[in-house]
Amino acid sequence: MSTENTESPVSAEQGATTVNTGLAHMLKGGVIMDVVTPEQAKIAEEAGAVAVMALERVPADIRATGGVARMSDPDLISGIIETVSIPVMAKARIGHFVEAQVLEHLKVDYIDESEVLSPADYVHHIDKSKFSVPFVCGATNLGEALRRITEGASMIRSKGEAGTGDVSEAMKHIRTITAEIAELSSKAEDELYVAAKDLQAPYDLVKQVARDGRLPVVMFVAGGVATPADAAMMMQMGADGVFVGSGIFKSGNPAARAAAIVKATTYYDDPAVIAEVSKGLGEAMVGLNVADVPAPHRLAERGW
Amino acid sequence: MSPQIGVLALQGAVAEHVRALTASGAEVRTVRRPAELDGLRGLVVPGGESTAIARLAAPVQMMEHIHRAHQDGLALFGTCAGLILMAREVSDPAALAGFPRIGGLDVVARRNGYGSQLDSFTEQLDVTGLDEPLEAVFIRAPVIEEVGDGVEVLAESRGLSVAVREGRVLATSFHPELTPDHRLHQLFVDMVGAV
Repeated sequence: MSTENTESPVSAEQGATTVNTGLAHMLKGGVIMDVVTPEQAKIAEEAGAVAVMALERVPADIRATGGVARMSDPDLISGIIETVSIPVMAKARIGHFVEAQVLEHLKVDYIDESEVLSPADYVHHIDKSKFSVPFVCGATNLGEALRRITEGASMIRSKGEAGTGDVSEAMKHIRTITAEIAELSSKAEDELYVAAKDLQAPYDLVKQVARDGRLPVVMFVAGGVATPADAAMMMQMGADGVFVGSGIFKSGNPAARAAAIVKATTYYDDPAVIAEVSKGLGEAMVGLNVADVPAPHRLAERGW
Repeated sequence: MSPQIGVLALQGAVAEHVRALTASGAEVRTVRRPAELDGLRGLVVPGGESTAIARLAAPVQMMEHIHRAHQDGLALFGTCAGLILMAREVSDPAALAGFPRIGGLDVVARRNGYGSQLDSFTEQLDVTGLDEPLEAVFIRAPVIEEVGDGVEVLAESRGLSVAVREGRVLATSFHPELTPDHRLHQLFVDMVGAV
């Protein structure tokens, strides 16, 4: 049994898939933090982040500033790559394949095709299978996650509502995805054809998820995580790890809060640890109730 | 009786090691606290980010506890970040400075020695003791720069040692837990059984 799959060498394409989905596995149980300067990247690494997301403005500021949000200045991204030893991710606009080409050229370790930036294409996402660098994409439900995986995403993050500090949408999205997977697994095999039609996702992938009871790639949670307890709750909900965007550097004591969220993510099922690390963190980000965000300004609805 | 083997579960690819060890006949549990090392005969330190693992380990002196348990007979298997944490010396120590590591393996390692994620690769490797080549997955892998006299090199790639064994320590710069081929885990389970 232990010698299966050793007969023929893997093709270069399969190899790229393995190393790219594999890197996401190495990030599991960890926290990926948004940073806007090399100094913040250093603070994140010192706090135990498993990767940083390099961008010009955190989502809370993108929301406050308005206008079109784009890929960050290559100088900023390169500066962050030079500063830290952990993986560096950066965001491209949905459908903006040239921004993705630039990020690949800069040798980022992961590209986030992100709804936090203004979409460049309201119909198509980037054909991620054309790239060697891995992509992470957002999803609010199972169909969206499977479409992104079909396009070549090596990692999924549930979207939540970025830049709010309100964890309710993150909760909604991970509950939705988890419930849809459970429902799929309970179906008879001959019901999966229609399930694929309803999910607007390829049959083979739907069948695989039904059989395994999980996505074929790692899934983190994002969007609104602001406290150690938020992070631990997402881990208890079955997340493989968490993204924290505005929650750290929009808070009173970023270094302490970052380290606390890292610990709470590892000991997510231990209330004593979560209580201990939550003490004296100072102010959390002020936050914005998702219910008060008018529908056209909800970022999670971007993605098709 | 199946040997009791733990997987350090502070951060990283834990579930894959649990699966591979279980399939290789071990009784497996995850370890996040020093007391959870009690009764174990082997411990896997998985791939992940060595900086994150070292920082999570420090407050509970996890690395020191593993070091002492190893001296008392605990066998160790480190993959990627695990290898870095077991190396005698890390040649780019900045991000790990001031954080205890396990030690136990007489090699000098350099983190991310191959470059960025774009330089990650897979390769069919000939490994001492295995009849057929093994698919090895290298992800932002460390480079073993120096190997001590007492260290047996089990596999080489591109002129560098990538799988090594020294006494009760097995280590690879690649990720055998990411493929369905569990022969290296079987080797470790057998090593643990023989201690």
